[in-house]
Amino acid sequence: MINIEIDGKKIQTEEGKTILEIAKENNINIPSLCYHEDTFAKEGCRLCLIEIEGKKGLHTSCGTYAEEGMVIKTNSKEILETRKTNLKLIFAQHVEKCNECIWNNRCKMLNYAKEWGLCISEWEDRKKNYPKYSFGDVITYDSSKCINCFNCVEICKNQGIGFLEVKKDGAFHKIFPSQDKNKDCVYCGQCVVHCPSGTFSPVNPTLEIEEEIRKGKHVVFQFAPAIRASIGEEFNMDYGSIVIEQMIAGIKKLGAKKVFDVSVGADLVTIEEANELIERITKKENLPMFTSCCPAWVKFVEFYKPELIPNLTEVKSPQILLGGLIKTYYAKKENIDPKDIVVVSVMPCTSKKYEIKREELQVDGLRCVDYVLTTHELAAMFIKHKIDISKIKGEDKDELLGFSSSAGVIFGSSGGVAEAATRTACFKLLNKKLDKIDFKEFRGSKSIKEATIEIEGVKIRVAVVYGLKNAKEIIENNLDQFDYIEVMSCPYGCVGGGGQPVPTNKKIREKRSQGLYQIDEKAEIRIADENPIVQNIYKEFLTNKEIINKIAYTKFSQKQKEN
Amino acid sequence: MNIIEKLKLAELKGRGGAGFPTYLKWESVLNAKAPKKYIICNAAEGELDLKKDKYILENYLKDVLFGIEIALKTIDNSLAYLYLNKEYYSLIKNKIDNPKIILIEEDNGYIGGEESTAINVIEGKAPEPRKRPPYVSEKGLFGMPTLVNNVETFYYVSKIEKGEYDKERFYMIVGENIKGGVYELKEDMTIREILKQTNNYLEEPFYVQSGGGSCGEILVEEEFDKPVCGEGFIRVISYKEDPYKIMEKWATFLMEGNCDKCTPCREGTYRILEMVQNKNLKGMEEIFSVLEKTSFCALGRGIPTSFRSLINKVILK
Repeated sequence: MINIEIDGKKIQTEEGKTILEIAKENNINIPSLCYHEDTFAKEGCRLCLIEIEGKKGLHTSCGTYAEEGMVIKTNSKEILETRKTNLKLIFAQHVEKCNECIWNNRCKMLNYAKEWGLCISEWEDRKKNYPKYSFGDVITYDSSKCINCFNCVEICKNQGIGFLEVKKDGAFHKIFPSQDKNKDCVYCGQCVVHCPSGTFSPVNPTLEIEEEIRKGKHVVFQFAPAIRASIGEEFNMDYGSIVIEQMIAGIKKLGAKKVFDVSVGADLVTIEEANELIERITKKENLPMFTSCCPAWVKFVEFYKPELIPNLTEVKSPQILLGGLIKTYYAKKENIDPKDIVVVSVMPCTSKKYEIKREELQVDGLRCVDYVLTTHELAAMFIKHKIDISKIKGEDKDELLGFSSSAGVIFGSSGGVAEAATRTACFKLLNKKLDKIDFKEFRGSKSIKEATIEIEGVKIRVAVVYGLKNAKEIIENNLDQFDYIEVMSCPYGCVGGGGQPVPTNKKIREKRSQGLYQIDEKAEIRIADENPIVQNIYKEFLTNKEIINKIAYTKFSQKQKEN
Repeated sequence: MNIIEKLKLAELKGRGGAGFPTYLKWESVLNAKAPKKYIICNAAEGELDLKKDKYILENYLKDVLFGIEIALKTIDNSLAYLYLNKEYYSLIKNKIDNPKIILIEEDNGYIGGEESTAINVIEGKAPEPRKRPPYVSEKGLFGMPTLVNNVETFYYVSKIEKGEYDKERFYMIVGENIKGGVYELKEDMTIREILKQTNNYLEEPFYVQSGGGSCGEILVEEEFDKPVCGEGFIRVISYKEDPYKIMEKWATFLMEGNCDKCTPCREGTYRILEMVQNKNLKGMEEIFSVLEKTSFCALGRGIPTSFRSLINKVILK
């Protein structure tokens, strides 16, 4: 332990931390923009400046490690003056398009400017003529908003993708989508949640959805497992707060006819995927089997590792499966023409916007899901329509496709799919109620987790991975050591997804994940097979192989460069 | 007497601009404990209009190589890199046959010559400076102790080893109305003496820029009795020349040649250029202040010197 002093406050702390980290832990606010704990400290924005007694000049707090006896000042007149000018210079490159920005009311830049009384338009924006790029009509990269922190480039590289590249163009270094024919965007959206200036944003379908509602279409919303643990953040609720009923009430106020839970789709995926896994293990075919519910991971396989396409489970993802059921099973039950149904998914994800456009996923010539809103976009819609879900009275889920097992809920966290499938596989192989439901070996913050599950003499060697670079590592080094591998592109799985609220960081992702596991802990039905809604669907609708194939299975194919 | 003692006795200072005692760098790398050590001869000369290293490479390449070889011999288990900008690379690429001296070609403008940037470039990383400490003599190329010296420094190391050093240095003199050129003269000569001796002393009123082509300080007539510091560069400027045009040239050069990593340097140089072009100097001091106080590297911190001295001593006078 070492002792330091920040602004007169005596602090005892462990060695090896930066001043900025220590300040954050002690509720001392040092302004910073380019710093993100998921990336290495680049010390570029020059806002987090501090003075250190006995050392000449100003230093960055993100790049200075604490040493015994350090006496630090974070708010001298000189620091404040230089911070102001640097922020003005940052605003002078960045074009303010605040109304459409994912940071809107939580923009640090703007909040500092207000706090410090700055004129943000003193200079003409340097980047006013910088272009916009679209990746797959899913993510927009507006280079006129970039403040040159290059976090996106680092994050994209850390994903093992490297699609975003820095090149010098004229006098300045700029970020470009790669022209390399061997590199393409997989739409994971980590650039979106790691950008401090809203340069990357999901393509937002809010206006189209509002128009569908206005036209009187039968609009049905379905929300992903992870949403319930994060949407509250947009309404200043604690990280990891679970918000379901109030969100449903809010969606109904927007004009949705029904609100269903994608976790029901996840339960069906679990059952089918466990069947497929047991079959493959028995036949020793196409092992290891990979999960395929993360569309960024699927695109990664199709583009970067097409030789592994046979290893992907052919079960559709939960949103597509449930969307398909809404346009068939539900449509029939309610006697509605499927063409009049508009399915809107609320997803923690940007890549899901890409997934719904895949033609091979259509059912009877219709898209299973028509629009995908991110968590943030739904929240923005609520705010626009003056709906505060932290205050309104909640409403119950719509019964038909509204209740899932908690196995379908933990899908939202890394390890959740593997745990859900393992529960079901055990249930099927043992053919009785399980003594052990928790598979804690799949949980936790590690990016690669491994475990071997043995049931009735059947050994299943499982790996759980998040981050595509980590997946690549397993693929390239020890693929033959596993039978079943869960891969999620985003850190901690969907709770850390590219469509989640900003800011996002390790602590926030952990809280969201804990929220989901708390639901699981308290739930009565914790195995997909025991969900009566699912049992009913198999009894009433998914009664033969043909219909199951149509609704629940798909094929993947090699992809060419799209961007 | 070993070379380090000789360097100390000769009081040789680095000729890359910073003027750090050469023997201290050598001693530090020599004494560091590491399985491998590196030597970099920095020939990325990138300051505006400065070509004295080019002159040395063209005329005294053998001496420079001898200087590097002395370092290789002095520092055990070492390997040397001759780090050249594009132009200099093509100049000498066929003239080196020592397998312990590896040629590196770089094309990163002004910042490319900064020593930690050079290390990043050789390692294949982004051309931007590293934070110090750790100093490159402790932890430099590939994490190993690294000796980085300028071309001219290695040239004088060879002279010192041979007992031929007489406290000289190279000067590069440029100007629109003079002949100019590269001259090897005593290091303690004053600007006035140098210009007179080389017949570059203008008859009409003039001032000079001393030390570097974009970052060197402006000195007026009553300051001509100082020696030249920094990189041995003198620009002779007539009062008839437009000072805004000169600043525009500096600002353009700096904006294009910096690494774009930190806000004050990336955005500050752009705003300085804008203000110079609009001949509106209001707000300049605010930019200078953040450049000096908050830039990531010494290049950024040094930018205000030339502009401020030109504005105060020439424009506002």
